[in-house]
Amino acid sequence: MQALRDITFEVKPGELFGLIGPDGAGKTTLFRILTTLLFADEGTASVAGMDVVGDYRDIRKAVGYMPGRFSLYQDLSVEENLDFFATIFGTTVEENYDLIKDIYIQIEPFKKRRVVALSGGMKQKLALSCALIHKPKVLFLDEPTTGVDPVSRREFWDMLKRLNSTGITVLVSTPYMDEAELCNRIALIQEGELLVVDSPENIVANHTDSLYKVAAKNTYMLIKDLKDFKGNKSVYAFGEFIHYTHSNSDFSEERLGEYLEAKGHEDIKIVKARAGIEDVFMALSEKKGTEV
Amino acid sequence: MLRPWMRCSKNWRAMWNNFKSKFLGTNFKRFMGFVKKEFYHIFRDKRSMFILFGMPIAQILLFGFAITNEIKNVNIGILDKSKDSETIHITNRISSSPYFKIKNIVSSEQQIEAIFKKGQVKAVLVFEKDFGKNLKSTNLANVQIISDATDPNTANTVTNYIQSILQDYQREINLGIPGREPIEVRSRMFYNPELKGVFNFLPGVMTVILMLVSAMMTSISIAREKEQGTMEVLLVSPLKPLQVIIGKVFPYIFLSIINAIVILLLGFVVFGMPVQGSYFLLALETVLFILCALSLGILISIISKTQQTAMMISLMGLMLPIILLSGFIFPVSSMPWPLQAISNIIPAKWYNLILKGVMIKGVGLRFLWKETLILLGMTVFFIVLSIKKYKIRLE
Repeated sequence: MQALRDITFEVKPGELFGLIGPDGAGKTTLFRILTTLLFADEGTASVAGMDVVGDYRDIRKAVGYMPGRFSLYQDLSVEENLDFFATIFGTTVEENYDLIKDIYIQIEPFKKRRVVALSGGMKQKLALSCALIHKPKVLFLDEPTTGVDPVSRREFWDMLKRLNSTGITVLVSTPYMDEAELCNRIALIQEGELLVVDSPENIVANHTDSLYKVAAKNTYMLIKDLKDFKGNKSVYAFGEFIHYTHSNSDFSEERLGEYLEAKGHEDIKIVKARAGIEDVFMALSEKKGTEV
Repeated sequence: MLRPWMRCSKNWRAMWNNFKSKFLGTNFKRFMGFVKKEFYHIFRDKRSMFILFGMPIAQILLFGFAITNEIKNVNIGILDKSKDSETIHITNRISSSPYFKIKNIVSSEQQIEAIFKKGQVKAVLVFEKDFGKNLKSTNLANVQIISDATDPNTANTVTNYIQSILQDYQREINLGIPGREPIEVRSRMFYNPELKGVFNFLPGVMTVILMLVSAMMTSISIAREKEQGTMEVLLVSPLKPLQVIIGKVFPYIFLSIINAIVILLLGFVVFGMPVQGSYFLLALETVLFILCALSLGILISIISKTQQTAMMISLMGLMLPIILLSGFIFPVSSMPWPLQAISNIIPAKWYNLILKGVMIKGVGLRFLWKETLILLGMTVFFIVLSIKKYKIRLE
């Protein structure tokens, strides 16, 4: 199976770059190629100016990598894990303590505790500390917030921002579209192909389809009826609203309202809204689907 | 005036530090950090600790005390149809030996099967009628030994022991009477005159345990890194493949040597197993076998993706053949030729031969060079194959 196809992108030094796409889109494969763990069948890639195939040794010294699956030693304590990673990268915890201080200080009270007994959020912080302890030039974080509670997610992104501001280039992958706005630039990935690479603001601004949020009492019937409405382009549920776009310009909120009323819907709400990253993603992946 | 080597020894610490920083430096620290982590894994895992230290002691004691062909205090019965001074004399001799206890005196043939069925005795000795009279007049008297062959080994041994007591007795009464001296068979058991079981099982158990500790534990420990995902992080680090492999193996070399010493000490202190040959040669051969087993363990771990696979390959692919085909339990020479051929590719067979040679026969390298070379060859083969198969990337 081909996991990735025709991928070209560039991350500028010091950027916080997000790779955003659903499960199975190829994010992990892409990260593994960039961290020299897998060979690409074709093409070239370089990280921090070094080729991922020829200079893999140097890349392994220069990058920090936090795999999607938690991968620290469960039977070692917090402190022992951190020490171990510092040692194998030829440094010490003291030497780079400033870099991890903000993060590590939160788990330091538990430094004698074995990792197996830590909470998910604490494990995440420790994993990040371990990936950072050798002061990498580029930091790869594969789905660091998957399975983490909303508060810890927020905290984690704050930490990433702070790290990024110290000059470390950060590549982070996530299936959560709402995390896109927290990146400097993002790439949307779907079924092994990049849909778009740009800043989140530009991506949203370049999206011209006008979007309407529609709600009514019976959501299930509403989706069905909107899909039957002549000229519809896309209809999908998004939280409590249905996001609706129309394929041509001869659209008015009144006409849709009348149509829905005639269908017997109650409490109809139609609001024009600004498209978010997820709307763009849906539109782009649908467009790609029709092209193929 | 100091000779050069004395100056060296005086400043050895400085020289060592110099050597460390020049040739080893951060690489050495990296390696030591890795070894430290491995020791944490081993000492914190109860299962590992049990396999490492509980099992060798338990196995040696089990084999030593429970699984043995030697007989002691075996219950036997007597059916004496003659009841003369000769039969009473013989009966007393048997009961005064440490091997037998006379449990039943039966009065008829019919009773014999009954006491066998109850499991009261292992054998019954039957004297014919007029035993003493026949013996005096013709020097020919009949006895019958009936034994319970449910356990063939014991039956055999019991029969042999009773026979030799009877022969001793006959020789004594014929002493000095010309023409009545039978052919005397004097057997002498070389290397193990008392036919102690420990001479056979101790080298065998040592082989099995060293193989288990070295091959199985190493293979599981590398497979564990793969399974837990930590291999992914280790690969994206400046650690070289060789550092990872040697770092994994190093603690087990150390622990295997301790194990070997514990087994030899137990054998000597508890069972009186001596080492006839050179201790130095024994140590060298043991280290060679440990290295061979470790390199096999690495090879297994490189092939297997999960701890379970590694364990299955080690147990099914290593333990069974070692126990069955290494000559530890069944002699290789009495196997059918296909099995004999297979036994040749098992490192444990060669180490078992070496161990018996050094410990029991006390022979030197002059007689064991072939076995040693084979082990050495196997070790090199496993190492080369492992390095070729080691993946510096994910599969």
